Amino acid sequence: MIPAVSIVDVVKTFGSLRALDGLSLEIRQGEFFGLLGPNGAGKTTLISCLAGLARLDSGSIRVLGHDVVRDFRQARRLLGVVPQELVFDPFFSVRETLRIQSGYFGIRRNDDWIDEILHHLDLTGKADANMRRLSGGMKRRVLVAQALVHKPPVIVLDEPTAGVDVELRQGLWQFVRRLNGEGHTIILTTHYLEEAEALCNRIALMKQGQLLALDSTVNLMAAHPGASLEEVFLRTMQR
Amino acid sequence: MIGFWTLFYKEVLRFWKVAFQTVAAPVLTAMLYLMIFGHVLEDHVRVHGIGYTSFLIPGLVMMQVLQNAFANSSSSLIQAKITGSIVFVLLPPLPYSSFFIAYVLAAMLRGIMVGVGVLLVTVWFVDLQVVAPGWVLLFAVLSGALFGALGMIAGIWVEKFDQLAAFQNFLIMPLTMLSGVFYSIYTLPPFWQQLSHYNPVFYMIDGFRYGFFGVSDVSPVHSLAVVASCFALTSLLTLALLKRGWKLRT
Repeated sequence: MIPAVSIVDVVKTFGSLRALDGLSLEIRQGEFFGLLGPNGAGKTTLISCLAGLARLDSGSIRVLGHDVVRDFRQARRLLGVVPQELVFDPFFSVRETLRIQSGYFGIRRNDDWIDEILHHLDLTGKADANMRRLSGGMKRRVLVAQALVHKPPVIVLDEPTAGVDVELRQGLWQFVRRLNGEGHTIILTTHYLEEAEALCNRIALMKQGQLLALDSTVNLMAAHPGASLEEVFLRTMQR
Repeated sequence: MIGFWTLFYKEVLRFWKVAFQTVAAPVLTAMLYLMIFGHVLEDHVRVHGIGYTSFLIPGLVMMQVLQNAFANSSSSLIQAKITGSIVFVLLPPLPYSSFFIAYVLAAMLRGIMVGVGVLLVTVWFVDLQVVAPGWVLLFAVLSGALFGALGMIAGIWVEKFDQLAAFQNFLIMPLTMLSGVFYSIYTLPPFWQQLSHYNPVFYMIDGFRYGFFGVSDVSPVHSLAVVASCFALTSLLTLALLKRGWKLRT
């Protein structure tokens, strides 16, 4: 089976900083994959390269077999990305934002799916509210909705629960779990390690642009009996 | 094509939602220019045998077309870059040519809407004839598109609002004000007259004015060639920047 994401010898530098240092890994279709590491590990840079927001210095990345540089249109169609920063276009309402985002992906008359996403993200009551009037948590949920408008088979969530309250976080995970159950591949970066432990089948631990560990969550935990994922993380980072 | 039309629609909706600021305000500014300059100079100045107020109107219309087309694409891009919402157009599978055409068309549309607004308001002051509407339309479309593309270059290039303001105040404003909006270049001293021939905006306004009066400082075909060449060059440069993702993708 073609991997959902295939990353081969990826190098990305910013001046003298080697943000990704020959990184290689594969993410299988249908996985709930955790990409963990301290700040500056290269997680967001890797996601930017995957999404085409940053150019690779060398190496290659494929999404379901489509190269993100040579076959970027197909690769981007298969990918939904929730960016880490809380960004929004202040001119539009929530529904307008989602309709516009659908259009960018070549989808017209997407209101049934938009309504469903709004319902699952508890945004139905805010559909006609201007983006400026939403709280930080709600803006975050709209970002999640934007990433899902085109029903991408691979969904990348870059710290999606930062600033989101507990109740809404639970709702979001319930929805993402459902999408994963329906076959969507989920790639998650988070600093809430208990979330990663509970949700992810497999985890990659990164530091300074390199892969320190890559295994199933069960195996990672088994290698450190009695330890929580947080302790496994800290021990791996101190190596 | 849906992606392109959506981006175009988004850009139009963006300026239309604040039409009071993006369309009505420039119309008012142009009207003030006309009232002040027209009142002061109407009885003293005739250009090519045309009354000064009549002569002034096409220049004011074109000046607003250009400035607003530039403002639309440049402000949209710089706002999106600064707020980070540019990712919403960078993540989808939009070809860079769609990106270019959507922004330029929306910018041109805003410029022309303001231009039409200025015309509608100012025709109450004089009996303005349009002898060659084809030239009027051609110069309005090409010049609006050219400044829309120029606005894209500025929006891609600059990183802060004050840099964009410098671009507008030190390049766009002098180019438009010193292009014959308020005068015929043949009233200038020889040096400045010669220098005006290197200003592409002069050809836009002169060709546009030809459409109204059938007289101009240079031949409209000559003006069209200059404007079309500038548009082609600016478009190629903008497309190259978009293809490379310069200052958009790291």
